[in-house]
Amino acid sequence: MSADDAPDGEAADGLNAFVTRVTVDGDADGPLAGRTVAVKDNISTEGIRTTCGSAMLDEYVPPYDATVVERLREAGATIVGKTNMDEFGMGGTTETSAFGPTKNPVDPEHVPGGSSGGSAAAVAAGEADLALGSDTGGSVRNPAAFCGVVGIKPTYGLVSRYGLVAYANSLEQIGPFARTVEDAAALLDAIAGPDERDATTRYDAAEGGAADAPGVPDDTHPADATEYAAAADGDVDGMTVGVPTELVEGADDEVVAVFEDALADLEAKGVETVEVSLPSVEHAVQAYYVIAMSEASSNLARFDGVRYGVDGGEGNWNESFASSREEGFGDEVKRRILLGTYALSAGYHDKYYKKAQDARAWVKRDFDEALSEADVLATPTMPVLPPKRGESLDDPLSLYLMDANTVPVNLANLPAISVPAGEADGLPVGMQFVGPAFGEEAVIRAGSAVEK
Amino acid sequence: MTATDEGDASAADADAVDPDEVRHVADLARVDLDDEEAAAFAEQFADVLDYFAALDEVPEVEDEPDLVNVMRADEVRDGLTQEEALANAPDSEAGFFKGPKVS
Repeated sequence: MSADDAPDGEAADGLNAFVTRVTVDGDADGPLAGRTVAVKDNISTEGIRTTCGSAMLDEYVPPYDATVVERLREAGATIVGKTNMDEFGMGGTTETSAFGPTKNPVDPEHVPGGSSGGSAAAVAAGEADLALGSDTGGSVRNPAAFCGVVGIKPTYGLVSRYGLVAYANSLEQIGPFARTVEDAAALLDAIAGPDERDATTRYDAAEGGAADAPGVPDDTHPADATEYAAAADGDVDGMTVGVPTELVEGADDEVVAVFEDALADLEAKGVETVEVSLPSVEHAVQAYYVIAMSEASSNLARFDGVRYGVDGGEGNWNESFASSREEGFGDEVKRRILLGTYALSAGYHDKYYKKAQDARAWVKRDFDEALSEADVLATPTMPVLPPKRGESLDDPLSLYLMDANTVPVNLANLPAISVPAGEADGLPVGMQFVGPAFGEEAVIRAGSAVEK
Repeated sequence: MTATDEGDASAADADAVDPDEVRHVADLARVDLDDEEAAAFAEQFADVLDYFAALDEVPEVEDEPDLVNVMRADEVRDGLTQEEALANAPDSEAGFFKGPKVS
């Protein structure tokens, strides 16, 4: 399959960061006027092919815009293309795309991270000022760390998921990339807020109410009264940063060294660091994959080759359905659908899915306790440096373990940021800050202090 | 795989996954697999399910999130046109999706 079928696409993009190149000017002279934005290819764009990195959606052209895309247009941004990604967001290296792997602009031999690897690479290479990705278990923070840019995973419910092609909807949020914390926060300002088309965007932070719902007088949303870009002021004097020992111990030595240097810099700026413990995270990766795969097995049932997708051809319904999916889905997607189906099947539900939900509740409680002792928590974003392309594909389990520091945040529905903290062996190392629910300003402020 | 033995956790042990079980699950999930895929998945599933088995150590945790009704008023609004809805279908006829026969 061609890596890029847009005119001048391939020549302009040796990184294979884009699946489709377009130019869509914003509607008005808004806060993002003059800025270019790349959009992950699982976010619907009216009239522009949206493939999710899958052969299944090779020819799919959405008839509507995702809410975040509408908001980009309203903010005056120019959309410059749809970015490459792990198929349906399933992967941590952007190597499972049906359109070929994306290269890391810092060192093209290495992966850019995933699954929003195309978005991170586009920003790191200067092909776009800003980008949107989606983060289900770290898919914004992982490639941000590996490509040396900033990525934010918002609190679940801050940003509308309407028009995001669902993979694991209880976990995923759309999030911004940029080369600076302030720019990423400005993009978050543009996309955050309530959306009546997505009931999981929260109205009324205090009471959890819905706009216009009977008996809910307060219809404010956390984003309404907040300006995230203004929080990128680097002023962390007096802030308490908790360091969860479990999430530092597991990281490679050269990663830990960069992380500790960055912490020392923060201390010099008036930050107090405290050790905190998150005993539950030992089970977070297992719980995450059981939940994500289970949700995937259900969400991806819509790809039956009738309304869209690969035509299953002759045969009865079941045969046609199964052959459409055999042809349209890649290995990692099939693997997750099958493991999810297994985990939900009679006899195994209690062993896997129910236990995973217990672990999720435990992780949430642990984070709440740790965040009662600190304003934000800090960890290395990724426990490893970006691997070389082709290194990790054959061993799914090793790939899943790479997500140890990012997935607990999605299980707990909290906000987090990854900011470049330095380099080791010439490759970027990211630092992650995690905040309390709707505490985006705190993680943005902490992140901005690392870059200043 | 019978997959109905509720109390018998040992049946779910990783080493019990063979290509036939993978095929059975693939059947439930409506995904065709060739022999090579079924064999490779069986091997990988053993590792992954073995890893998932660590969830046995997780204690029961009470989680009672505050839930609110987020229903909106049931009003008629513009949706996709029939033409838009059908635009991505591999096959359609007289304004309808055309699917394979059900049995």
